[in-house]
Amino acid sequence: MSNLLDLLLAGLATGAIYAIVAVGFTLLWQTSQTINFAQGEFVMLPAFMMLGFMTMGAPLLLAFAGTCVVAVVVLGWGFKRGLADPLLRFGMMPIVVATLGLSIAIRNGMRAGISAQAYPFPSLFTDRLFSVAGATVSWADVGTLLCALALVLGTQAFLSRTVTGRAMQAVAQNTESATVLGIDVPRMVFYTFAINAVLACAAALLVTPVYLAKFDMGESLGMKAFFAAIIGGFNNSRGALLGGLIVGVAENLAAAYVSAAYKDAVALVLFMLVILFKPQGLLGKKEERKV
Amino acid sequence: MMKRLPLVGLAVALAVLLGVPPLLKSYGVYLFSYWLVFVIATMGLNLTVGYAGQKSLGHAAFFGIGAYTVAILMKAGFSFWLGLPVAMLGCFVIGLALGFPALRVQSIYLAFATLGFNVAVWLVMRNEEWLTGGTFGINNIARPKLFGVSLDGALAYYYFVLAVTMVLGALLWGLVRSPWGKAFKALRDNPIRAESLGVDVQAYTLLAFAIGAVYAGVAGALFASLVQFIEPAPFAVGTSFMMYLMVVVGGPGYFFGPVLGAAVGVLLPEWLRFAQAWYLFVFGIAVVLLMLWLPDGLLSIPDRLRARRQARAASALRAARASAASESPT
Amino acid sequence: MTPVLQVTDLKKSYGAIQAVAGVSFEVLPGEIYGVIGPNGSGKTSMFNSVLGQIRPDSGSVALDGQDITGLSPLALNRLGVGRTFQTLQVFARMSVRDNLIVAAQEHTRDLVRRMFAPPDSGLGAKADELIELFRLGAVADLPAGSLSYGQQKLVDIAMAFMSDPVLVLLDEPCAGVNPSLVGGLSTLLRQLNARRSASGRRGSFVVIEHNMDFVMDLCHRVMVMVEGAVLAIGTPAEIRADARVLDAYLGS
Repeated sequence: MSNLLDLLLAGLATGAIYAIVAVGFTLLWQTSQTINFAQGEFVMLPAFMMLGFMTMGAPLLLAFAGTCVVAVVVLGWGFKRGLADPLLRFGMMPIVVATLGLSIAIRNGMRAGISAQAYPFPSLFTDRLFSVAGATVSWADVGTLLCALALVLGTQAFLSRTVTGRAMQAVAQNTESATVLGIDVPRMVFYTFAINAVLACAAALLVTPVYLAKFDMGESLGMKAFFAAIIGGFNNSRGALLGGLIVGVAENLAAAYVSAAYKDAVALVLFMLVILFKPQGLLGKKEERKV
Repeated sequence: MMKRLPLVGLAVALAVLLGVPPLLKSYGVYLFSYWLVFVIATMGLNLTVGYAGQKSLGHAAFFGIGAYTVAILMKAGFSFWLGLPVAMLGCFVIGLALGFPALRVQSIYLAFATLGFNVAVWLVMRNEEWLTGGTFGINNIARPKLFGVSLDGALAYYYFVLAVTMVLGALLWGLVRSPWGKAFKALRDNPIRAESLGVDVQAYTLLAFAIGAVYAGVAGALFASLVQFIEPAPFAVGTSFMMYLMVVVGGPGYFFGPVLGAAVGVLLPEWLRFAQAWYLFVFGIAVVLLMLWLPDGLLSIPDRLRARRQARAASALRAARASAASESPT
Repeated sequence: MTPVLQVTDLKKSYGAIQAVAGVSFEVLPGEIYGVIGPNGSGKTSMFNSVLGQIRPDSGSVALDGQDITGLSPLALNRLGVGRTFQTLQVFARMSVRDNLIVAAQEHTRDLVRRMFAPPDSGLGAKADELIELFRLGAVADLPAGSLSYGQQKLVDIAMAFMSDPVLVLLDEPCAGVNPSLVGGLSTLLRQLNARRSASGRRGSFVVIEHNMDFVMDLCHRVMVMVEGAVLAIGTPAEIRADARVLDAYLGS
């Protein structure tokens, strides 16, 4: 029983990180029909950038802040103006291929330019363990879970309670009507790209201490977050949270009770089951064939 | 003169395809065969995605089904010439089955469903060791004999693959030119209008998947005998993405798109090897820049030039009319 | 004579909103039947229910006496019904000629034999005839998406006629068309209406429009719809003089 609690908590922590990345993913899709296959690399780059700042002497949180700023400019504004804006009116195909190319370029550029090594990364939280209800729980897991939940729920709250957030939701649901209502659609879309960039930085901050900073850390993370978003519901941010948590917990349980080799397969199997029985995702709304 | 250009181009291409490989080392010939295998697979995906407008991110699954069918049958003692038609039939049937979700599920969710299919097939390949050898794969796959002539040599097998490519290409050309081709394009451009005009949207959707799958299956069969050792990795989702990339980069809905697209996907990384550690980085950047410059693919260049000429002519006409109107008395 | 189209007490609601509130009317063979009404009066919803895009809640539709209620657009097309849509719907990446050929090719032979048929399914001459009639000769080989809005509209309308339908619905054919070209469109439709198909029939047209002059000039009879129900049916002269119609349009 205590073991279960450990696993559950660790799974929730990992899952919450997947959720952060997945939320950004779904936001981009909802507001601008952008599919970003380079999402994993968007987490890897900030990880290395923070390492860079820290090598120059900055403390962790300052490095994080600085990286967030750079990320919003490059991965938010730069990505939007450079790739999304020119390509979106050509349908889904060019943007899928372009972000695939971007992902290949960034990953291999990192490997060639920096190195194929894995670099350690300091954690926000202490190494300490403590006991709760007979289970051994690590501060890091709890801290990660709380931070990630705060971010995702904070994003949710921002979207549903603030004027800007509601404007962004309007753009997501119906871009044409939003324009007619006087909403500055390009700016709202930029905000989603910016939020995605910041969420990716946060994910980097939380996940790199465990996975270490490596050029290919984004690959599996990006894929899992992608599957998590689909499992939860691609047209729904709350779905991204649910999907992420489910994947995180299921993976951990599978690794412990089935076999470590099956850990990666879990996200895939869940993904397939959802596609078979509820293709719009667990919390997703069925999209009608438009006449 | 402009009309003659494609024919001249084809003649040159044929000369290159026939005449250059004998001059290359065996790795070069192997690379050409590898490229042609992907041309065949991409032709199929181009039909599904480029002509019929479907979303298919699971094409590598059929590639794998074709490869494993041939490999397993040959290991069991059967001939390649039995394995090939079985692979084609199997892919046709499974492709039809994959088309059914397409009838009920909308664009991006269809893409996810095809991804799920690819993942499922890959998992079977990886885990069912009794059938597929699991991660150890199947090795020592022989090359077939054609009318008693051995195709073991790199060059002989290359010419065989080239012949198959040309036959399949000719068949596809015929299909696309026929009323079916127009029906596929109608399905792509405006499925609602198509349906109200009597186009059986459901039947054509299923066929688009099925025929595309058969092409991938043939490619897979040829692939198995080409590389002579197969394991699940080349049939995973990453390859599906690459095939999709090849269709889009070459030009979806353009007949020769796959030729260029497969060249970009297979040959370009090889040519970039001079960049050493950076070659994949350059490749990725090249793909991004290509998409920004030509979102409709490489073969959209003639259409764009034509459109620009038309636009210039139209604005010149408008300018002429405007000045004429301003000169005439009210 | 049996009406080409007979709609009886058709109803369709969206939740609390009754878009079509018990509509009944008939269209006679060879007739050009106009349908007018203020925005939101349910004209398009009604025809979407008649022509298979939506399923009506109750009521019946008959084509040449045969019940076609709730049949899919595909089935209706095979029975000889054609339509255009309010929003332009051409096949943008195909040439104008190919657009016309596709519009009728699914009526020739069967699926399998069509694979081996010539590229134009034998419809080339017919397509050229309509291209000539609609004056699209100069742009026949260009992708339909590259044409001007007015030209695309003509392609759209021409497509509806390719398969010699017995009934054609034209949903706002004048919308977005240059006013100077509207007269030409009227003449064109009258010419098409006068043609006889291979079986000797003249097609019947139903035209939904807001352009009053166009409708009154072209149509044999006109139906006025308001708030999902039929207000009046009669000849253009009768409708123009009907007090209720004037009321509905000018409001009180």
